[in-house]
Order: sequence, then C-alpha cells, then structure tokens
Amino acid sequence: MINWLNPVYVGRATRGKLADMGYGARLFLRLLSTLGPTLRRPRLLSEQIFFLGNYSLAIIVVSGLFVGFVLGLQGYYILQRYGSSEALGLMVALSLVRELGPVVAALLFAGRAGTALTAGIGLMKAGEQLAAMEMMAVDPIQRVLAPRFWGGVIAMPLLGAVFSAVGILGGWLVGVAMIGVDQGAFWSQMQNGVEVWADVGNGMLKSVVFGLTVTFIALLQGHECQPTPEGVSLATTRTVVMASLAVLGLDFVLTAMMFSI
Amino acid sequence: MPESDASKPLPENAVELRAVTCGYGDRVILENINLVVPKGSVVALMGTSGGGKTTVLRLIGRQLKPMSGQVLVNGQDMATLDAAGIMAARRRMGMLFQFGALFTDLSVFENVAFPLREHTQLPESVLRDLVLMKLNAVGLRGARDLLPSEISGGMSRRVALARAMALDPELMLYDEPFAGLDPISMGIAARLIRELNDTMGLTSIVVSHDVEETFLIADHIVLLANGRIVGQGTPAEMRASEEPMVRQFVHAAPDGPVRFHYPAQDVGHDFGVRG
Repeated sequence: MINWLNPVYVGRATRGKLADMGYGARLFLRLLSTLGPTLRRPRLLSEQIFFLGNYSLAIIVVSGLFVGFVLGLQGYYILQRYGSSEALGLMVALSLVRELGPVVAALLFAGRAGTALTAGIGLMKAGEQLAAMEMMAVDPIQRVLAPRFWGGVIAMPLLGAVFSAVGILGGWLVGVAMIGVDQGAFWSQMQNGVEVWADVGNGMLKSVVFGLTVTFIALLQGHECQPTPEGVSLATTRTVVMASLAVLGLDFVLTAMMFSI
Repeated sequence: MPESDASKPLPENAVELRAVTCGYGDRVILENINLVVPKGSVVALMGTSGGGKTTVLRLIGRQLKPMSGQVLVNGQDMATLDAAGIMAARRRMGMLFQFGALFTDLSVFENVAFPLREHTQLPESVLRDLVLMKLNAVGLRGARDLLPSEISGGMSRRVALARAMALDPELMLYDEPFAGLDPISMGIAARLIRELNDTMGLTSIVVSHDVEETFLIADHIVLLANGRIVGQGTPAEMRASEEPMVRQFVHAAPDGPVRFHYPAQDVGHDFGVRG
C-alpha cells in the first residue's frame, strides 16, 4: 500500500518524476538538434513521411468528410434561424482551418501513427535492436528516432490540411448539393472571410505544434517503455492518452494566443 | 581517439577488469571483480541466471559504467572515454545478442549490410561482395533475401554473427549464443565461434550456461555467482575442481551452494503444522 504521507515515498516519487521530466526534455532537445543530419539522409525521412502520412490518410479523409457533413448540417440549422444561411461556407471553413482540422487530425494521428511509432520503437527495444545498434557504434536516436520525429512533424500539417479541405467539400456536399444553399454565396463568403495568414497560417502552425507534440510523446513512450510485452502495450495506451490530452490542452493555449482580439 | 604512446608496450590483454563493482540503482550486481582476457583467447563467463554475466558484457561495451574499479579494453579505460571515443571503441567490437537482435524490417542481406552502410562509403558492388562473403562464412549466402521472420532461431543467430563481424572487429562478445538452439545449431554455433576466433585472430568472450558446448571451445572458464567470481581455470581444471559451487554447476546438481528452495518461512508455518 502506497503511503502518501510518508515523506520517504513522496521524496522518492518526486525525484523520480523530476528525473523523467529531465530525461524527456533532454531527448526533445536532442531530437530538435537532429534536423540537419536527418535532412542529409532524405531517403530515411521520406520513408517515414510515407509511413506516417500515407497510412493515416484513409482515416483522415473519411473522418474529414463526415465532420464536414455534420458541420454543414448543424451550421445550416443554426444559421437559417438568423436568415444567414449563405454564411455556411465561411462558418464551415473557419471551423475547420482554425480548430477542427488541426485538432481532430492530430487526435486521429495520435491513434493511428502515434501508437504505431510507440509499438515499433518499444518492440525494437524489447528485441534488443536498439542496444545492438548502439554496439555497432550507431546512435539509435539519430538513426531510428530522428527520421520518425521529423517525418511526423512534416506529415502532420499536410494531414491537417487534407482534413480541412475534405471537410469543406463535405460541408459543400450537404449545404449546397443536398440542402440547396446558394453555391456562389457559399464560396464567395468563404473567400472573403478567411484570411490566409491569420486563419490558414495559424491553423497550419497549430498542426506543426501538434505534430511535434504527438510524435515526441509517441517516441518518448516507446523509447522509455519496459522492454516486455506488458511494457509495450502500456506505453501504447499512454501515448494515446497523453498525446490526446496534450493536443487539447495546447489547442486552448494556442487559440487564446492566436485569435485573441 | 587519444594518440598511442610509442614507448608503451602494446597491451597483452584485450580486456581487463580491475576491482570492478557495478549495479543498477542501489542493487549491486558485480562486486570487486578482477578478470583478464588475453588477446587471441576464447574466455567463457559462466554461472547461474542473474549472476552478473551479461552485466560484464555491458561494462565492456560501455553500455554501463562501473560504480568503482576500471574496465580496460586494449589498455584503454572505458570510463574515461567521451561519446566519440565510446563509438570508436565499439567499432572495434562485435556483439552477438541473445536472440540475434536482427532488425525485423530489414532482409538478411540488409541486416549484414547495415553497419557497412552506416560506417563506410563503399560502392554498392563492393558492399554486396563483402556482405555475401560474411554470409558465406556462416553458411547463409542463399538466405540473403529472406526476412528475419522467415528464418529459424539458429539461422538468426548466424546472421547476427555475420552482422557483428561485418566491420572486422578485434573483440567479439557473445551473449548466450547457445540459448534456445537445437543440438545441431548449437554445434554449428560453437564451431563458428572457435573457428572465427582462430582464423581471424580475434579475442572472444562468451557468456553461456551451456557447460558441454562451452567447455569444448573455451580456453578459460570464469564462473560467476551472486556477483563474485567463484572459480576459474581451463575446462579440464574446472571439471576436476573440488570447489562446491564449481562442482554443482559443472555437474548440474539440483541442490548445493545454490539452493533448490527459494528462501521462505518455516514449512510448518505455511502448512499450518505445528511441531
């Protein structure tokens, strides 16, 4: 039984957590410093962008379409109460590029690619592949973690953009093709109301931050897991929980910073 | 790497452990170990599971730092090396892991090619010939296109051996090379370890608890138990030893200094029998 009142236990637990945080911070800085060497081996990087990006594409496209459908439908019901259903295009586009595109794509990315990353690295650790690499005088952080990290950072904004684009098409299908909102108003309002830098640019910036966060959490969990089947499965679960919470928390902070008047 | 001092004689020993104590956290695994591995020899580290054998290999590869004492590889104290120095020292070592530790997403050929691709700029044709020569030495030239999931445990171990030899190391470390192998694969693995050591002028350290195979190939046996060296000598000396711990291990006796029963409270107490 853990006794939280026992100062020995509290001290040890605090020290352990601080050490974990320090280790995580050092790994993060180390990964950031690998950008140059990673770009010098483009084949390794492109393999990871393909693996992380392409394999998440199907779930991103399908989810984007359905989110667009729902936005089109709900948006129309609300806007028509105030007689401004022509603003549907603007509402759908702003919701997607500012919030839903980056956030939902990041949550899906954590579930699809993040878990694959954690399990992959965890299994390499459990099979002593990372130790074998170290003994071959090859740095596993540079050779294995870095291409995955930068692959995730590059893939995430692309996936977020695809999500938003497909979502807007979904909104158009429901709003214009099915309900009959005016086609011209739908697109022109969107074109006039969406700012390239303030809206699309900030949305992309969010995606980059989420890409850094999700990929880093996935890699850290895989690299730090116990090298056993239970350890790998626990780490995979932790990746989804931590990455999702981090994305939602960071989204609030970023939104407050970017869109405050 | 530090410059070599010409006035110094070359070290006779490939590896030397001087009064090494090592552990994880508060737990001490090795206590005051002194060990010498002469160049060109095959030295076997034997002992019960959890006795600290693999820890010795991890110390030599500088995956672990000792709490006290020195680990010398080719006369160089591994604890004093910086990151680049450690990498340079590791390039002169090869390590065979317990289950091969092959990269599961790469073919047999690419596994052996991996260290060459990472450390050299060889043209593809030269690299291909080198890899096939290494695979030929372990009898697996024909398995080059298979994936690790498509080959047996014994074959994995041989591919890993070819990979560990790819950069022509001076020192080979084997972690349980016979574990989980059938008698034929075990015999092949043992013969390969000895032959490669002699033909390529290596020094080999073999961690094993397989008495028969290890005694066949090793020049010197070191028996570890509870983090201490409890006996050492040639295979013949070990067989003849009267030391109780050595006798129990070599003759596989179920009870002796290593107890059959894990420490427990009194039998009468557990079964409710009052004596």
